[in-house]
Amino acid sequence: MVKEETQHKGLTEHSGLADIFNRDEQRVNWHDETLWFVRSKRDKAAHSLPEWELLRETASQIKHNVLSDLDTYLQQFEEQALINGVTVHWAADAREHNQIVHSILKKHEINRMVKSKSMLTEECHLNEYLKEHGVEVIDTDLGERIVQLAEEPPSHIVLPCIHKKKEEIGELFHTHLGTAAGESDPQVLTEAARQHLRESFLTRRLALTGVNFAVAETGEFVVCTNEGNADMGSHLADVHIASMGIEKIIPRRKDLGFFLRLLARSATGQPITTYSSHFRKPRAGQEMHIILVDNGRTVQLGREDFRNSLKCIRCGACMNTCPVYRRSGGHSYHNAIAGPIGSILAPNLDMKAYADLPFASTLCGSCSNVCPVKIDIHDQLYKWRQVLVKEGHVSPVKAMGMKAMAFTFAMPRFFAFAGKAGRVVMKYLPFVVSNKLNPWYKEREMPKPPKESFREWYKRERR
Amino acid sequence: MSSREKILAAVRANKPDLQPLPDVIIPVREEGLIEEYRRVAEGIGAKVYEVGGIAEVKELLAASFEPSQRIVSPLEDFADMAEGIEAGIDPHSFADVELAIVRAEIGVSENSALWVPEGNVSQRVIPFICQHLAILINRERIVPTLQQAYSLIGEINYGYGVFIAGPSKTADIEQSLVLGAHGPRSLRVFIVG
Repeated sequence: MVKEETQHKGLTEHSGLADIFNRDEQRVNWHDETLWFVRSKRDKAAHSLPEWELLRETASQIKHNVLSDLDTYLQQFEEQALINGVTVHWAADAREHNQIVHSILKKHEINRMVKSKSMLTEECHLNEYLKEHGVEVIDTDLGERIVQLAEEPPSHIVLPCIHKKKEEIGELFHTHLGTAAGESDPQVLTEAARQHLRESFLTRRLALTGVNFAVAETGEFVVCTNEGNADMGSHLADVHIASMGIEKIIPRRKDLGFFLRLLARSATGQPITTYSSHFRKPRAGQEMHIILVDNGRTVQLGREDFRNSLKCIRCGACMNTCPVYRRSGGHSYHNAIAGPIGSILAPNLDMKAYADLPFASTLCGSCSNVCPVKIDIHDQLYKWRQVLVKEGHVSPVKAMGMKAMAFTFAMPRFFAFAGKAGRVVMKYLPFVVSNKLNPWYKEREMPKPPKESFREWYKRERR
Repeated sequence: MSSREKILAAVRANKPDLQPLPDVIIPVREEGLIEEYRRVAEGIGAKVYEVGGIAEVKELLAASFEPSQRIVSPLEDFADMAEGIEAGIDPHSFADVELAIVRAEIGVSENSALWVPEGNVSQRVIPFICQHLAILINRERIVPTLQQAYSLIGEINYGYGVFIAGPSKTADIEQSLVLGAHGPRSLRVFIVG
């Protein structure tokens, strides 16, 4: 539905897409409150560990070390993986990644596969690519399966169908899985999905998983799930493919002690995910592949102001806390990764297409405060704005507004005059600002203008 | 130039100056581990039993499972109530297992996770494909945090290993917690000794 309307109205920007989400006020409120509840659970989990800040700082430093020596670690990882009997592939971009997956499928004459959660494959649009080539992919994470049946992308990296109400999911399951009409009990729906996906696990010969962490020292990779779907898929399949961005490397096995302590607590407030599976070698008779994907990451590594975004461990804490994300929904970001972190990753891939995202923020800084690896997210959002304006990727109106603002702030006398003029206008001619042409008026009441500015008050009081 | 060479060259050209790996010691609490373990495990839906020995485990399990149901275990101690797990056979053949009984090497009190390496299950799919899972852990193998767990694991060269905390679960539908997503519907933890 969202996709059609988007095309129809020519809406491609965050603000326009957020308008669509905002039509249903009750749903927005529910979305907002639910994500805030998850954020509160994160706080509770974080505050229960006196060493929390030490863990964050250490994890951040480990990631800095990784980025500063990434070529060495990648080669070490490859060497170890090869010793472990794993085939290692390198993909420069999304296209090459998809081709590698397809070539493995073709080699084994497989045209049906299962896939557990992998934001990288969303980024690469793997499902669409394989569908075009006649391969059926079943997403096995419950939330991902739900959005797949709805023919929508996930709206959150950890909670893929957080934008959906259980009644809508019930309808989808009624159509696709044959549950009773009107059935919307989460327990019943989950059981139906369990039966349906169990059949998929037992019949598919190839399983693809994402990677949460890859250890250079041992060549093993760790996959975290609550449902057990990554394991059900890979332990039953003849072929296991693990796709990972090159930034997923960590130096040593013992470093997992830091990252696994931070990941689930930051994501959902759980002390750890139900399963933290360490894959080092294929099981007897199984074939295992790892695909190392660049797709713009090395470019981001070269951007001094933005390279720290590569420290991200995909916990989603920045989304749950973001006042804009909670009230605009994940789809309004029109990118595989939504929210604050998505908004600093996306412009690296395509500045023109994602020029709106760094502006979809109040710069309140809450994202940076909850980030388990201390990415300076809100600073980067601010810096992206400078870059995007300079490179000519923002609308002329926005650019003109920013120029006018810069001009005003640089001229103290004009600033004083403009402030006074604004107060007079708002007092005597409120309709000049309180109308639809002023985007700031949308969904807001304009404030009452104060009698005098701080500057005037200060002058008077100093006397 | 291959993609491998291209990627490595781009990393070399773009990476920042070398930053050192941190060397930190995280403070540890050693008291109340079993109490903490129980509280955390029960908080995420596991059942915890402190038992004196294997006989007690068998008694507790016999009360919940029928002999007609398929019970598997790689542990010789359970040979009288469970069939063994052959390593080489097709993992799909375990699709109808009701209960699997395995042993964990390490327990972690901060998050109730249990370290189960491949050697302890014979077949990797066992702790996932069964409807219910029972895991035994020796009391003295429960450590405070993941950091101690990884120092115990050290450099062991396993092919596969997993930390398991609680039964399989999901909250993907409106954040309502449902136990038994794809893996076991229940987890019983027996702290032995």
